[in-house]
Amino acid sequence: MLAHPDFITAFRQGLFNGTLPPGLTVPAPDEAERRFAVYRNNVAHSLGRALAARFPVIERLVGPEFFAAMARVYLGGDLPASPLLFQWGDGFAGFLQGFPPVAGLPYLPDVARLEFARGRAWHAADHPPAPPEALAAAAAQADTARLALHPSVALLASDFAVVSIWQANQPDALPAPIDATQTETALILRDRRDAVRVLALPPGDAAFARALQSGAPLLIAAESAAHAAPRHDPARLLLCLMQAGALITPDTGEPR
Amino acid sequence: MTMMTKTLSLTATLATALTLAAAAAHAEGEMEKCYGVAMAGQNDCAAGPGTTCAGTAKMDYQGNAWKLVPAGTCTTMQTPHGMGSLEPIKM
Amino acid sequence: MRPSLPPAPGLGFKPEHFETIRDLRPDLGFFEVHAENYMGAGGPAHRQLAALRADYALSLHGVGLSIGGARLDRDHLARLRALIDRYHPESFSEHLAWSSHGTDYLNDLLPLPYTPETLTLVCDHVDEAQEALGCRLLLENPSTYVLFAQSTIPEPEFLAEIARRTGCGLLLDVNNVFVSCTNHRMDPRAYLAAFPLAVVGEIHLGGHAEEALPSGPLLIDAHGSPVADPVWALFAEVIARTGPLPSLIEWDNDVPPFRDLLAEARRAAAVLRQDREVRLACAS
Repeated sequence: MLAHPDFITAFRQGLFNGTLPPGLTVPAPDEAERRFAVYRNNVAHSLGRALAARFPVIERLVGPEFFAAMARVYLGGDLPASPLLFQWGDGFAGFLQGFPPVAGLPYLPDVARLEFARGRAWHAADHPPAPPEALAAAAAQADTARLALHPSVALLASDFAVVSIWQANQPDALPAPIDATQTETALILRDRRDAVRVLALPPGDAAFARALQSGAPLLIAAESAAHAAPRHDPARLLLCLMQAGALITPDTGEPR
Repeated sequence: MTMMTKTLSLTATLATALTLAAAAAHAEGEMEKCYGVAMAGQNDCAAGPGTTCAGTAKMDYQGNAWKLVPAGTCTTMQTPHGMGSLEPIKM
Repeated sequence: MRPSLPPAPGLGFKPEHFETIRDLRPDLGFFEVHAENYMGAGGPAHRQLAALRADYALSLHGVGLSIGGARLDRDHLARLRALIDRYHPESFSEHLAWSSHGTDYLNDLLPLPYTPETLTLVCDHVDEAQEALGCRLLLENPSTYVLFAQSTIPEPEFLAEIARRTGCGLLLDVNNVFVSCTNHRMDPRAYLAAFPLAVVGEIHLGGHAEEALPSGPLLIDAHGSPVADPVWALFAEVIARTGPLPSLIEWDNDVPPFRDLLAEARRAAAVLRQDREVRLACAS
C-alpha cells in the first residue's frame, strides 16, 4: 500500500496524465474512468472558469471555446501556488507571449497585464487619501514636496492600444474601429467609491505618474513629464488622482 | 531658458496645480463607498466545493484543442492589415 | 471565537447580493463565506464582510486548507488565524479532503483513503489547525465519486473517530451524504445511523446534478440548483433526531436572485420549526 504522500502524488498525476490512481474501486469496474473524470474535469473546469473570471477581455478577444482549451494548456504549466485564487494568473501574460496559436494577436499579453492589474487593484490595501491640508502644504513647497500613489495604482506602458482595446471589449461598449498598434499607457486604480478604473495617460502624465510611483519628489516628476512632453501641465492629472483618492501622503517610515 | 528659470517655471506650474487640487479636495469630502460595485467578471470567484459542471465530465480532457483558432472580438480589430488581426501585426 | 451559530437557517453570501441584503435585512440565522475570498490586503471585499458581520452571525468556511493532504500549509493557517482574529466568526469549518500537492493548489476537494495511517494524519492536522487557529473547528463530510481498495474504515466511523480524538465538531452536509451514498450504491440512512450526530455543529444543504452511468445514476455536488427532495427528507430525519441546528443553503454556481435563496432558507426554517412543534406536542 502506498504511503499517503505517494497516494496524493499518484492521484495528482492521474488528474493530468490520464492514468488512474492505484486502488480506485467503483461499483462497476468499467466506470472507473468516467468517475475519475469528474475530478479531472472539476480541476480543469473550475480553474478554467477562475482564469476566465480574471481575464474576461482575453476570453472575449479569443472566444470562450478557444479560451477554455487554452486555459487547460496554461494550467498544465502554471497551477495556482496557493489557495488564494485571486492571486493566480501572474504568469498568464508571459504564457500568451509564448503561445504560438495567439502569435497573431500580439496585444494579448498587455491586455492580460491590464486585467491582472485590475484584480490586484481590487484587493490592494486600503489607504486614506492625502488631506486637503497636505496638498496645500505641498503647493507651498512645490520645489521639495513629495506625494505618493495609493497602493492600488498600477501603470502599464504598452506598444499597443491596450486601454482602447480593453474599453471596446467591456460588456456595454459600442463597437468602434481600433488601431491596435497605437501605443498607450494605462493607469489602473481603485477609486474612493471602490470602482476599479482604467484610464489612458498621455505621455507627459504617464511620465509624471511613473516618477511619483518610483518615490520621486513632485519637482522631479514635473521635470520628467516636461522631458516627455514639453510645456506639460500636471494640473489635470493631479486633480484626477486627487478625486480618485489616489494621492496619498508618503510613508516616511516614521509614525504618522 | 536657463536651467534655473526652467526649474522655477516648473515649480510655479506645479504649485498652481497642487493649489487647484487642494481647493478641489476641500469640496470632495468623505465619499460614501459604493458597496455594490463589483469587478466585471467577478474577481473573487467561488474557490469552493461544487465548482463542478456535470457537462464537463463528458469532455475529453486529452482532446486536441489546437485545431482551434481564436474566434472572438479580435477579428473586428483594425490593424495595419485591415480588419481581422489574425494576421500577424508587423512590429 | 464567539458563541456558536444560532440553530436557524443561513445562506452562503454572494457579493452580488450585498445591496439586496443591506436593504432587506432578511431574518436569517447567519451568513457563511469562503475564507479564501477574504485574504486580500484590503478593498471592497473586506468592507462588505465587515458590514455583513455587523448585522449577522458569521460562519467562516475554509476551502483550501487541504486537511487530508500530506501536510498542512503553515502560511495558510496564519492567514486563517488573521481572518478569525479580524472578524471573530461564530464558527470555522473545513473539509475532510485535500486540494494541494506541494505548493500546487488544485481547486477541488479531492478524496482520500480511510485507513489507520490517514486517520492519524488527519487527526494530527486537525490538532495542528485547532492549535494554530485558537478554536474548535467543524470538519465536513465530502461528496465522493470513487472509493479506494485500501480503505478499511467507513467514512462515518472515520469522522466519528477524528471528532473523538481531536475534540473537533463535525459539519454534516446532508447533500454530500446523499450524493456519496447514491454514487457508491449505499443506503444514506445507514450512513446517518452511523454518523455521530451529537457532535454536529452545522448542517449543509445544496443542490446536485445527475448523470447517467450504465450501473445507475452518478450524482455531482454542483451547488447550482435547489436542494433535491430526497435531501430535504433526510434533513428532516436528522433534525427530528438532533433538534434544530444551524442549517446552511449552499448555492455557488448559476447563482439565482436573492429571493430564490431566501425561499430555500424558508423551507429549511419550516423543517427546523416543525421539529420544535413536534417536540412541544410530545412534551405536553
